[in-house]
Amino acid sequence: MEKTMRSSLPDRELLSIYRKMLLCREFEEGCAEQYTKGHITGFLHLYSGQEAVAAGATAALSNEDYILSAYREHAQAIMRGADPRRVMAELFGKATGICKGKGGSMHLFDPSINFMGGYAIVGGQFPIAVGLAFAASYREEERIAACFFGDGAVNQGNFHEALNWARLWELPVLFVCENNFYGIGTELHRSSALTSIHKRTCGYDIASEKVDGMDVLAVYRAVKHAAELIRDLKRPYLIEAITYRFRGHSMADPAKYRSAAEHEMWKARDPIPAFASRLLAEHIATTAELDQIRKECIEKVAESVKFAEDSPWPEDKELWEDIYV
Amino acid sequence: MSEMTYRDAINLALKEEMRRDPSVVILGEDVALYEGSFKVTRGILAEFGEERIRDTPISENTIVGVSIGAAMGGIRPVAELMTVNFALLAMDQIINHMAKIRYMFGGQITLPMVIRAPGGGGSQLGAQHSQSLETYFMHCPGIYVVVPSTPADAKGLLKAAIRDDNPVMFLEHEGLYNSKGEVSDDPDEVITFGKAKLVREGTDVSIIAWSRMTLTALQAAEELDKEGISCEIVDLRTLTPLDTETIINSAKKTGRAVIIEECCGQAGLGGDIAYRIHHNCFETLLAPVTRVSGLNVPMPYSRKLEKLCIPQVQTVNNAVRNLIYEKAKEL
Repeated sequence: MEKTMRSSLPDRELLSIYRKMLLCREFEEGCAEQYTKGHITGFLHLYSGQEAVAAGATAALSNEDYILSAYREHAQAIMRGADPRRVMAELFGKATGICKGKGGSMHLFDPSINFMGGYAIVGGQFPIAVGLAFAASYREEERIAACFFGDGAVNQGNFHEALNWARLWELPVLFVCENNFYGIGTELHRSSALTSIHKRTCGYDIASEKVDGMDVLAVYRAVKHAAELIRDLKRPYLIEAITYRFRGHSMADPAKYRSAAEHEMWKARDPIPAFASRLLAEHIATTAELDQIRKECIEKVAESVKFAEDSPWPEDKELWEDIYV
Repeated sequence: MSEMTYRDAINLALKEEMRRDPSVVILGEDVALYEGSFKVTRGILAEFGEERIRDTPISENTIVGVSIGAAMGGIRPVAELMTVNFALLAMDQIINHMAKIRYMFGGQITLPMVIRAPGGGGSQLGAQHSQSLETYFMHCPGIYVVVPSTPADAKGLLKAAIRDDNPVMFLEHEGLYNSKGEVSDDPDEVITFGKAKLVREGTDVSIIAWSRMTLTALQAAEELDKEGISCEIVDLRTLTPLDTETIINSAKKTGRAVIIEECCGQAGLGGDIAYRIHHNCFETLLAPVTRVSGLNVPMPYSRKLEKLCIPQVQTVNNAVRNLIYEKAKEL
């Protein structure tokens, strides 16, 4: 039976999670606007709808734990602590960007907060996460490598190689599948013989579970539990979070392969209003307080856009920097 | 100095660097218990234990990916790919990840890692086990490509590769493992990347070579010397960075240049080097630059056919004679 939220986390942290989810939603919607204006170009994959996964997971992990993700990774970076102004500047391609404007939307990276990258080759982050976990294990650090990926990535050979390797070497890797049911326009059942992704780990003797990825507290509890097991048993673990993206695969995708009814059904389960309702119902916050948080998030995004707009372009000589040490 | 094989020189470099730096870790297929498919890692498990040398599953892309992650996390991995042909299974991690991570992440991370991979033809291993793929890696900025031809170079360059903070493809030639030479005993002696070696001085023609083709060039030069043709030989040692200056200086001095490459000629490195020489030495060249390349065919198994695919002393000699006697023609 569902416990109260307070039994999981203090009020202050619950509100912090709410703030992060809302900030990322506002950030993504701000990105969409800037893309439409032509300020952000290239590929842009937005996270709107999936916030409960990143919010629950980042709240449950230690800040020492590594986080890696795919190309829909703005939220993981910001929720881990990346400066939204520098993320926005990166998307604008400005010198003040988190990767000096050389990475773009799909390649955010900030080792100062152990955010070890957004990767744009589907499944490319799997072996790198295993390697980071190996380094942590070799150096006798307590870190976990948390590897986020979509349902589209599980049919890459990398996924299977990484699961096998992580279990074989007894490495602290948390695999977090954000199952939003679509790999671009191909629905899961059209690409996967077994659509229960968490069941795939039985071939590698790795424990796993499925969790409601629209419920931030459910994700939080699952990741907290998984992280404890990983640290205690020195073994990997996989969580399949069932979620949904409210937008297309990228800004170039009108998502015509999904029915309006399906979209509406999931919109009704939007994790942010759902969480807000519970915060109000359990008297953790008042409507006025939540409104204030929303206002601050909107301001933060506006400030980020302004920062990006006002920032200088990279100098030409930067082109030749950072290829080699 | 001690005389040892190319194989033992590599083995010694690995051991010396592992003794020097506890963050150096070897991983690869059959590297530990089996001591390597080519026995390059002999004795390392016994000396350093299984924490420092790790057998892996047959998952080449993940061998490279794990090495990338390990390098990000503070280890200096030296991965062995059993042969360079298997690197093709790892090209996603090598090209899309290893080569680009530092740049696309704005220089915030270094990848101090080495991938050792033996390759080359001449042992009748057939089409899938006889390739020379150095240009594949050269075509991608962000990777160093090292191609030693002697035991001394193999040791000094591998030590440099392990100490370097950039990712390095260290391409050994299977046909050189048993070759012998004098090797430095100094554990601190390393060979700087990007410095080609003038292995023979001459006046009539410059031969540009690397890896095993350097030995072919030396044999050719001995024979040509008897005919009164004086060959200068430049062994490139590293392809990225490429020592264009030494190549150009030699070509300017002799006025003629032949590039010998075991890899297929089509879109090969020889064409790139020929461009550099023509562009910089046009005024002083006595003849067009020429190439002796691997043939553009998948490597056949039959000894008779295989030999035709790989530049031989005789083909090099003929190319040089053609140049000298101004009968250069397209090969």
